[in-house]
Amino acid sequence: MSESEQRVLETLERNRRRPPKFTAPRIDMSHGAGGKATHKLIEGLLLPALENPALTPLGDAAVIPFGNSRIAITTDSFVVRPLVFPGGSIGELAVNGTVNDLAVSGATPLGLSAALIIEEGLETEVLAREIEAMARSAERAGVSVATGDTKVVERGKGDGLYIITTGVGVADRDLNPSSASVRPGDKILCSGTLGDHGAAILIARGDLELEAEVLSDTRPLTPLAQALKDSAGPNLRFMRDPTRGGVGTVLNELARDSGFGVALWEEKLPIRDVVHGACEILGIDPLYVANEGKLLAVVAPEQADAALESLRNTDGGEEAQVIGEVREEPARMVVMHTQFGGTRMIDMLVGDPLPRIC
Amino acid sequence: MKYVDEFRNAEIARAVSAEIAAITDPQRHYKLMEVCGGHTHTIYRHGIKDLLPDQIELVHGPGCPVCVLPMGRVDDGIAVAERPEVIFTCFGDMMRVPGSKGNLLEVKAEGADIRMVYSPLDALRIARENPDREVVFYAIGFETTAPSTALTLQRAKTESLENFSVFCNHVTIVPPVRALLDSPDLRLDAFIGPGHVSTVIGCRPYEFMPEDYGKPCVVAGFEPLDLLQSILMLMRQLDEGRCEVENQYSRIVPWEGNLAALKSMAEVFELRPYFEWRGMGFIAQSALKLSDAYADFDAELRYSVPGVRVADPKACQCGEVLKGVLKPWECKVFGTACTPEHPLGTLMVSSEGACAAYYNFGRKSFEKVEVGTKK
Repeated sequence: MSESEQRVLETLERNRRRPPKFTAPRIDMSHGAGGKATHKLIEGLLLPALENPALTPLGDAAVIPFGNSRIAITTDSFVVRPLVFPGGSIGELAVNGTVNDLAVSGATPLGLSAALIIEEGLETEVLAREIEAMARSAERAGVSVATGDTKVVERGKGDGLYIITTGVGVADRDLNPSSASVRPGDKILCSGTLGDHGAAILIARGDLELEAEVLSDTRPLTPLAQALKDSAGPNLRFMRDPTRGGVGTVLNELARDSGFGVALWEEKLPIRDVVHGACEILGIDPLYVANEGKLLAVVAPEQADAALESLRNTDGGEEAQVIGEVREEPARMVVMHTQFGGTRMIDMLVGDPLPRIC
Repeated sequence: MKYVDEFRNAEIARAVSAEIAAITDPQRHYKLMEVCGGHTHTIYRHGIKDLLPDQIELVHGPGCPVCVLPMGRVDDGIAVAERPEVIFTCFGDMMRVPGSKGNLLEVKAEGADIRMVYSPLDALRIARENPDREVVFYAIGFETTAPSTALTLQRAKTESLENFSVFCNHVTIVPPVRALLDSPDLRLDAFIGPGHVSTVIGCRPYEFMPEDYGKPCVVAGFEPLDLLQSILMLMRQLDEGRCEVENQYSRIVPWEGNLAALKSMAEVFELRPYFEWRGMGFIAQSALKLSDAYADFDAELRYSVPGVRVADPKACQCGEVLKGVLKPWECKVFGTACTPEHPLGTLMVSSEGACAAYYNFGRKSFEKVEVGTKK
């Protein structure tokens, strides 16, 4: 490598390590997509103003010491169109999403709050159905909706219904899954097929005139997280639910935050044929498509087989796979061994995955 | 998945890869250019470079239709999109292409009615459904997408749809390739020809490459085995001292092209005397505008766009990188004035452009990545 190339690479690396600055004059849709633009918004604008020890790790849930125990707290807003889609609906999503953020933080959910922002004109029947869906999902996840709030906004100011849920849980005493615990050699497990939720929503919107049966995978991850805790114990290093931004984004965050490399095997990625087909037609990559009932875990190599077995024996984890591993190199990057026999660098997207024309 | 997996078979890939290695001269360095952005995507997505000997370098060409649009054209589009009466429609990957002051995504955030469509016919439907609004389709792409724009315009004319117009940025593939071949410092050995474009124009338009410039060309499909086989075909030509146009993608590409599509295009479009390409400057007869018969549907005439030429910054050296004269990091503005967040040149716009890939992954963007053994 020439001296000038070395210099250029060093400058890039220096810039990369600098705290990001948020310079966009307005918020656009890419800031909500979960990729690089969202990171910039959070780390360049929100975090500097609010910085504190609970927030700074930017985990799925914050963990706050409380007497002899630790409380986990998380919040999420749900905006989805259409409100009802194959395999689920916004009410179900709102409960599962928040329960899952607690579950992958190793916490046991205690209770939820729910705030409803309702658009003038929403049919009562639709609202009643969503509240019933919330009740059913809460019961399934073993958690109660303990408090709530309702607001009504004028017609045209909301997509029918937005739901914001906050969840409180008790963090596991001995377990602190985080990117800091990850070590080279650790295995990466995925609890099932990728991209089902995002593909179901895309198809349900009907813009594509694709006819395919894809169901959203929305479900509570508490049983799967518990299975991993039981089978791997303290060797369970890291858990995440790859929602917005998909597996590609979560693994890039892991690589960046841990300082290690992540290697994937394309042939091990569980992807349904119909999801694969829809993504091929649209020119988007299932690695970046949202999931609402899947869990990614990093487990020490000696526990990987037991952990995989435990996932496969749990409801919703039948199609679990070891999809990759943590390596020293390439540091802070994600690389995939392709089925074709090559390698491919997996980057974090800037904004939404946009369909390609060429 | 049927009809796809057959073209991604790793075993066949290894066999083709071995054949390529067998005819590669270890003393020689080969530079092959894939003209089309779709090929770049396949090469990147399936890791094809890892299946080639070190002596073969793949150079990404000028064939990404969104990346080559100059800032001035994006600015013109934005000026139309900002008009309150307009519903502005475009393909998804156009949304983030930077103009001189921003992109369409940002203008949408400021209140412009911009809608992503999957086909120009979707734009036509929006026009029918919104008779009180003006619907503009921002057309981009090579000869691949031009026929669907032509068909849409023919339909709009039949229906006398007055609230529909097209902002035409269609470009043609041969002139930029010729411009590359004309430069004295070109260092390329052969070309992988664009498959989708060729379904429309056929293979004959590439005959000037071997005849006038002595460069072999193989028209290739888009699955990874298509590309690998095309590289083998090019290497065979170089090895045997042959120099011709060959068609690897014959299951889709007829040698004479698609005559019906060409006829529609001839009715709807005419050649512009010149058109600006990001990073490559002005190229004569390299783009299409609407013909006189379709002038009523021409958004450029309807809205008298500013048409301001925003010159590429002088320091941008995309042309040199494209020709293989410079490496991305040798460009004066690489990583400083030109970054993936604020790209100046075409090669930084798409994440698969040579400069963006190098920015994100350094040498790993073109060298073999060592990640240990496979499980």
